[in-house]
Amino acid sequence: MSMALDVLSWALILSGSAFCVTGALGLIRLQYFFPRTHAASVIDSAGAGLLLLGLLLQAGWTLVTVKLIVIGVLIFFTSPTATHALANAALARGLSPDPAAEDVRSKR
Amino acid sequence: MFDVAAVALLAALGLALARAVGGPTVFDRALAANSIGTLAVLMLAVIGFLTGRPEFLDLAILYGLLNVVGTIAVLKFFRYGDLGDPGEQETGR
Repeated sequence: MSMALDVLSWALILSGSAFCVTGALGLIRLQYFFPRTHAASVIDSAGAGLLLLGLLLQAGWTLVTVKLIVIGVLIFFTSPTATHALANAALARGLSPDPAAEDVRSKR
Repeated sequence: MFDVAAVALLAALGLALARAVGGPTVFDRALAANSIGTLAVLMLAVIGFLTGRPEFLDLAILYGLLNVVGTIAVLKFFRYGDLGDPGEQETGR
């Protein structure tokens, strides 16, 4: 039972780390601002969720579990809010959601 | 296993830091700062497990709270030019 839990939590921790690295790579590699918000959301949802779930399985039933759940709920609710506020502010400041189309239009 | 996760999170932190330093607009920097905050929370949780000291989870909770307040404050500042304080100029209009 504990062996299976260990394997499951290792798989969750490793996939969460992989999602974090993927999101950070997207943050670097994507070309415009709005696609980058998508890459950052991968870190916030998949990376943080899977990593915290894996740590949760390692912790067992202690106070640590409660703290991990609090961190998870905090990230789950606040980071989409922050990303939405960020995209909203960028749109209000006049950043184009599709700069590639505008590049094509200006070249004609 | 936790050290692998810690190294991966460090790599992700480095990449996000590069975007925060080199981002062309201020929104890119704010986005990268938000991601750095989330990654730092995860890093603190993993360090707590790595060193066997669960006190680090309290620091992680605190850092998460500070992160969202900081991001919203910076965004309000860049969108409205102030932090929502009802100034003298606003009432005149």
